Amino acid sequence: MTAAAMAPAAVMVDRVSRRFGAVEAVREVSFTVAPGEIFGLVGPDGAGKTTLMRILAGVLSPDAGAVALDGIDVRAAPEQTKLHLSYMPQRFGLYEDMTVAENIFFYATLFAVRARERRARSAQLLAAAGLEAFSNRLAGQLSGGMKQKLGLVCALIHTPRVLLLDEPTTGVDPVSRRDFWAILYGLRESGVTILLSTAYMDEAERCSRLALLHQGRIRALDTPARLKQAMPGALLALTGPDPRALRDALAGAPGVLGLLLMGDRVHVRVDEPEGRMPALHARLAARGLAAATMARIDPGIEDVFVALLGSGAAP
Amino acid sequence: MSSCIWLPATRPRRGRDAVSPGRLLAIAFKEILQVWRDPRSLAIALLMPLMQMVMLGYGVSLDIRHVPLCVFDQENSQTSRAVAQRFVAAGWFAASARLGSDQAVHEAMDRAACIGAAVIPADFSRRLDSTGGSPLQIVFDATDANTTNIAIGYAQGVVALISNQLEARWAAAHGGPATRAGMVDLEPRVWFNEGLESRYFIIPGVVAVILALVGAQLTSLTVSREWERGTMEQLISTPVTPFEVMAGKLLPYFLIGIFDAAFCLLAARFWFAVPFRGDFATLLITTALFLIVVLAIGYLISVRVRSQLGASQVALLVTMLPTTLLSGYTFPIDQMPAPIRALSLMVYPRYFVTILRAVFLKGSGLAGLIGPVLGLVAYAVVVLWLAGRAFHKRLD
Ligand SMILES: Nc1ncnc2c1ncn2[C@@H]1O[C@H](COP(=O)(O)OP(=O)(O)O)[C@@H](O)[C@H]1O
Ligand SMILES: [Mg+2]
Repeated sequence: MTAAAMAPAAVMVDRVSRRFGAVEAVREVSFTVAPGEIFGLVGPDGAGKTTLMRILAGVLSPDAGAVALDGIDVRAAPEQTKLHLSYMPQRFGLYEDMTVAENIFFYATLFAVRARERRARSAQLLAAAGLEAFSNRLAGQLSGGMKQKLGLVCALIHTPRVLLLDEPTTGVDPVSRRDFWAILYGLRESGVTILLSTAYMDEAERCSRLALLHQGRIRALDTPARLKQAMPGALLALTGPDPRALRDALAGAPGVLGLLLMGDRVHVRVDEPEGRMPALHARLAARGLAAATMARIDPGIEDVFVALLGSGAAP
Repeated sequence: MSSCIWLPATRPRRGRDAVSPGRLLAIAFKEILQVWRDPRSLAIALLMPLMQMVMLGYGVSLDIRHVPLCVFDQENSQTSRAVAQRFVAAGWFAASARLGSDQAVHEAMDRAACIGAAVIPADFSRRLDSTGGSPLQIVFDATDANTTNIAIGYAQGVVALISNQLEARWAAAHGGPATRAGMVDLEPRVWFNEGLESRYFIIPGVVAVILALVGAQLTSLTVSREWERGTMEQLISTPVTPFEVMAGKLLPYFLIGIFDAAFCLLAARFWFAVPFRGDFATLLITTALFLIVVLAIGYLISVRVRSQLGASQVALLVTMLPTTLLSGYTFPIDQMPAPIRALSLMVYPRYFVTILRAVFLKGSGLAGLIGPVLGLVAYAVVVLWLAGRAFHKRLD
């Protein structure tokens, strides 16, 4: 990381705030992203992810604070930063009444990409996105996943240094998500800095670093591994025929710091796993739930999130 | 993952804030595609001028055919009946009733059973025979000044025609000279057809009104469409400049506007048979100037109002009311009270109405139209300046 520390940060956010009337959408947020990182913003709806992305993209001004991309101040020279930036808004932002090829042509021309390069890159990107066969289809007639991939193709038709993706894979089928991530990993190899927001925890785990955003503030910021290490307590997974009953049974038990229903399991965060297990088993047996099995597991990002913010804040 | 080997990064070729013809044309290209694929825009661009030309053009020239006319024939002789018949035969009037008293005439007009009444005096034939002339009274309801003016013109034409024939007959019967002082006076009035003249006068105005409406409607959709469909956020995150957005969006509509103008002007000339005495260059230059004003106004509205429906309604309001009322295309400006006359100076179509009339009917060139042309130029400068400043690459 020494080389990254010496080069100007690809993204620098310094005490940025933005309010909408009474709502403080972003409050004193600061972080830096090194060139080539995949940086994730995670947080529940209304956490301020989109607002932050828009400020970085230079389409919304912050009330306070500074933002720089590649060392260039976004507020002082927004147009200069836009030359090296691609932004994919949360809402599909391409022209639905234009074909795939026409949208690509349009964005290539806005970024002054030469015709030969445009053809080469567009062929390469369409292949990577699995969209070769859809060149002449109207963007409005693509599936959700294909639309998002087209968005990425248009965002990459010039070579951005910073790529901003606001919930790019929300509502996207698993196959398209895989294509999507393959392209993102390929980009990272070539040194493009990626900042993305996501509602998917498995995606969050793939980021090199994560910022957990809640009510406009950053609550935690680190690599996924260290965030998990830093989670207070340890995690037990509880499996049984009626997970809800299991959860309710352990509510308020001594040593239990938190309970989270995860599909057919209950994640139990306890202060000291080995010491507490017998008492928890006994409590379940007393309520006729002796059939439940209990095992120590490593926490996921969602557990970290809930541990930090309380279960009401799960993204 | 090895399939994703990326081509080397390229530096964008142009610096910031410089106008890039490529980006400008990219916006124009996109706009053309979108208009072509949007039935509503296409209808406004191509069908609205046609429909309005038919509606307004024929509205003007058809309404004043068959003006209901009552006849109060106090004499009821062969001559007087022939005179009454003449009014109807000309096609401009429809004899709605034959009445028997002044009282009945008043009542009929009050009931709006007729707009005008021809009153033939009881001694009509006798006075004609003895003196060669007789007064003929025509009463008009002046509520609708416009129709009345035109109807009076028709009536004068008919009367002139009648007296011309009667005079010729009188001259033959009395063996006198075929030309008398009175006849020479009347002669041009037969030819000077008030009705047609008013149509010549109004049709060029109709063209100006249509272009004002259609032009502002077209561009009022262009920026609001991007807001409404959510394409604006991504567009403003690119290096495109506000000037490129404006110019790129106005360009295609300018071409459509020129097409619409050509259609309307050709219809005025060949379908409504308005004589064209001017020159083509003057027409082209002034039309282009007017289109710039109109399109920039629509664009300005589109930037301000972020929904397509809202923008098109504001555009309609802003163009329709002042244009139809104050442009002078139907209501003559010099007959308006001074404050409203002053207000009409603000109404840009009035300049173009004046210009088109002068180019068509008087054959005026640019030099002769310096006043209204400068008015349009001033308007274009101000509106373009405002439009150029209106659009910001910001969501807030
Ligand atoms: N344009 C806006 N006007 C008013 N309030 C807004 C606007 N954009 C965002 N907000 C508010 O700011 C907060 C953060 O929103 P947002 O940045 O969209 O969060 P996220 O993307 O994480 O869901 C929310 O409470 C939202 O209602
Ligand atoms: Mg959002």
